[in-house]
Amino acid sequence: MKTAIIQFPGSNCDLDIFHVLKDVLQIETDLVWHTNFKSEDYDGAILPGGFSYGDYLRAGIIAAHSPAIDQVEIMAQEGKPIIGICNGFQILIESELLPGALLSNQTRTFICKWVNIKVETNNTDFTRNISEGTILKIPIAHAEGRYTIDPKGLKDLRENDQIVLRYVDENGNLTKIGNPNGSMDSIAGICNNDRNVFGLMPHPERASEKILSPFSSSDGLKILNRFVHT
Amino acid sequence: MARDPEGETITRDLINRGGFQSITNVRTGKYLKLSVKAEKKEEAEHIVREMSNSLRIYNPVVHTCSIRIKSEEL
Repeated sequence: MKTAIIQFPGSNCDLDIFHVLKDVLQIETDLVWHTNFKSEDYDGAILPGGFSYGDYLRAGIIAAHSPAIDQVEIMAQEGKPIIGICNGFQILIESELLPGALLSNQTRTFICKWVNIKVETNNTDFTRNISEGTILKIPIAHAEGRYTIDPKGLKDLRENDQIVLRYVDENGNLTKIGNPNGSMDSIAGICNNDRNVFGLMPHPERASEKILSPFSSSDGLKILNRFVHT
Repeated sequence: MARDPEGETITRDLINRGGFQSITNVRTGKYLKLSVKAEKKEEAEHIVREMSNSLRIYNPVVHTCSIRIKSEEL
């Protein structure tokens, strides 16, 4: 399985996830500049975190018009796995590969902290090997991560089992305290209808080596493992 | 309607705290000023509307967008 990490001007988590895929998981991985990306060369793609195009206008909107996104759309239709992390999630939203919106955090501040994330479904390419209800310890780092959608959209997400991750508190409960950015329904990650496109605000690449985590967490690997096998 | 924390803070901590109790809500937004080459106002509005919708200048899930035209002789 060969995976591409698509780099946009302003991406800054690209090298972190490259390290995890290449050195920790030992997956064949390329860093690809967004104007050079060709879908047929890869079996999967990652849209990394960062501040593509300086978050101008809205986080993710300008990158969503990059030629790379046309290629990502082709991959999505072919059923190949695509994951958008943080700014990558914002790009997937703005390119309408995923529904809804990511607005400024309820706190009006940038939030960088380790949070508890509950896996709500294992019926996705990325959570297939994780038991439903598992709590993952993974950090978030964003200013615009408050997931919002219209009532019909929320109903559809629930009915189609597209809510993959939710923020929870230390006890694993859905509470206000456990929801750092005020996301609707405590949503931290969703997938598309075909279940192969996944966007999440938490950074699994920052929770992939125990030595780098204050909680000795390597929970991020449980998600990124998806790229090990086709 | 999605909550607007910036607007809520302006309402509570600036306007209401400053003594203007009759102002109960503020919603913040973004303002883009575009220069458009067009013969008529209607044409300019059509161009801007088309561009805003097709390039997703706003996210229709949570934002509304209104267009005001001001003509200027070149």
